Amino acid sequence: MSDTVISVENISKCYQIGEFGSGSLRNDIQEWFRKKKENLNEIISNKNWSLKNVSFEINRGDIVGIIGSNGAGKSTLLKILSKVTSPTNGKIKGKGKIASLLEVGTGFHPDLTGRENIFLNGAILGMRKKEIERNLDNIISFSGVGKYIDTPVKRYSSGMYVRLAFAVAAHLESDILIVDEVLSVGDAAFQKKCIGKISELSRIQGKTVLFVSHNLNSIRSLCNRALFLEKGSLKYDGNVNEAIQMYTEGFLSDNETLPFSDFKTEEKSFIKVEQIAINNSNRNPVKLFEGNNSLDIEISGEVFAEKFVSFEFKLFDKDMMPLLFYSPDHYEGLSQKIMPGKFSLRQKVELPKQINKGNYFGSIYLTDPGFDYHVKFENAINIQIDGYPTKSGHVFEYRNGAGFLYLH
Amino acid sequence: MSLRNESDWVIESQKKWLNFNLPEVWAYRDLLKLFVKRDFVSYYKQTILGPLWFLIQPLLTTFVFTLVFGKIGGFKTDGIPQPLFFMAGITAWNYFADCLLKCSTVFKDNFGIFNKVYFPRIIVPFSIVCSNLIKFGFQFLLLISMMFFYLKCNVDIFYFGKILIILPILIFIMAILGFGFGMLISAMTTKYRDLAFIISFVVQLMMFTTTVAFPLSSVQHQYHLIILLNPMTAVIETFRSFLFGTTNFNLVPLVYSLVVAICIYIIGLLAFNKVEQSFVDTI
Repeated sequence: MSDTVISVENISKCYQIGEFGSGSLRNDIQEWFRKKKENLNEIISNKNWSLKNVSFEINRGDIVGIIGSNGAGKSTLLKILSKVTSPTNGKIKGKGKIASLLEVGTGFHPDLTGRENIFLNGAILGMRKKEIERNLDNIISFSGVGKYIDTPVKRYSSGMYVRLAFAVAAHLESDILIVDEVLSVGDAAFQKKCIGKISELSRIQGKTVLFVSHNLNSIRSLCNRALFLEKGSLKYDGNVNEAIQMYTEGFLSDNETLPFSDFKTEEKSFIKVEQIAINNSNRNPVKLFEGNNSLDIEISGEVFAEKFVSFEFKLFDKDMMPLLFYSPDHYEGLSQKIMPGKFSLRQKVELPKQINKGNYFGSIYLTDPGFDYHVKFENAINIQIDGYPTKSGHVFEYRNGAGFLYLH
Repeated sequence: MSLRNESDWVIESQKKWLNFNLPEVWAYRDLLKLFVKRDFVSYYKQTILGPLWFLIQPLLTTFVFTLVFGKIGGFKTDGIPQPLFFMAGITAWNYFADCLLKCSTVFKDNFGIFNKVYFPRIIVPFSIVCSNLIKFGFQFLLLISMMFFYLKCNVDIFYFGKILIILPILIFIMAILGFGFGMLISAMTTKYRDLAFIISFVVQLMMFTTTVAFPLSSVQHQYHLIILLNPMTAVIETFRSFLFGTTNFNLVPLVYSLVVAICIYIIGLLAFNKVEQSFVDTI
């Protein structure tokens, strides 16, 4: 009973990089003359294909996880499916109403109350007023915002804001739901609720779901099929575990060829990180032996404005499940102001020696604790831990047992 | 079962050049209403005087115009009481100018939403034109009450009634003129940011090339054509002539304004349609 609801045929998307819309007429005229003189090939070389000839079909009731590293084209694919941007080539045919959730709370207006924002956000997502009215009580009770529903949302905590926004999206009366990474916000209990809601939508209401996440565990528990994208091409389409394995393997081999500083996922304009070295090496993997699990991290670069800069570190397991959060300045209030100019930070992170044998990922952040992230190196570091030998000489592996040995 | 026959929708790279998008706008009519409501509510939330600001602005402008152009400059006003004369011009001009200016920043102001959700983009400038219409309504009522106050109820009711017939036509011209120019400029500002700075200044200057501060009848004959070139001139002149019962109504300039407005609207829509497909990738 395969019943195709989305059929993607040879979709490609090309972004022009470099000189594009320089923002002033004079530059554009100069550019135009330059291009007239030189040959046309140069213009073509400026193009960057973020998706190349991607084709697949999705059947009714599928919950499809889309995985891939940063820049693999996941977000572009979702944007095309949500009609936010159009493909350069190719065609997508589909049946049924699509609701896409690339962000929670799009269009929320801070001055409007929770109730007013439910209607506004619902309408932006394509709901009719009648539909929203029909679902209003469910939305309010799902959000748990309760008695604050008639308060302007600018007085909400960020948690309430996100819960309300997801509640609206979860009650869209659509046939196909597209979800991008939105579950990375909110606390664990809320994330669990969201995952539960998504799987309920699919199992009980028969909705088709497309789901992008970096959290491989939620993909594994939710999806019955996975697409693995790499550098704009569809590398694998099928079994979830298979796709995840390909993804993490690709991740590891990729990680070994480039210096840490190339894994930047976000950087504010006032800061520039030039070098990262861990235990005197600037390349993956970081190998830790015999319970000597210390990371000596050196970061150097330049800041262009006076900023509070402090260091944070997160450890994830192979499935991107967060294990440890290292943020000394956050709880001791030690963050220091850095003056404009070159800077160099050195931080020693002592990981517990009882971590079981396995592959882990580390993320490095420079932040102003409690306010903002300056630079992110999300999952940039691949840490191979040798494990902690027990008295009998046996080494527990992370896969087969627990994450840590509890010794006392 | 063949997919082709059952497709509800298709996403492709090429789209129509000129897309009035009416069925889709109709499907999103609730969103239009909510945007209007949002504009309206956010305008006066946390202000002390609230919606009264809609009225204070034209009142103060009228006061300054009366003082500067009326009393000091000694401009003729066709025998109409000076405050009424200026207020009529200001009310009409403001509707056009507000539509234009607000529409001209649509892409810039809504990038965050446009980048995340699809809905017919045209809804946003359309909602601006609608919420400004409400504002215009308030200002028009203020103008009418000022008229009764000044003319001591000595208004020719029969003639006055005609304004209600011509008003929708005038509003239509002003709306699509502001809408069209606004869309054109908002499309161009995605590429050339400089325009955003120029435009508010240009709109201000344009006000002096039309008959907000003086009547057409006081303009020397050889300059008539220049003043009438501004499509708002015929609108303001017609507005005044119907409002105050002066007899200098002329159909030809009004038809010219209508034609210009429709052309500008279509050009604006073309530019808007072109940009809405690609601006998310380029801004």
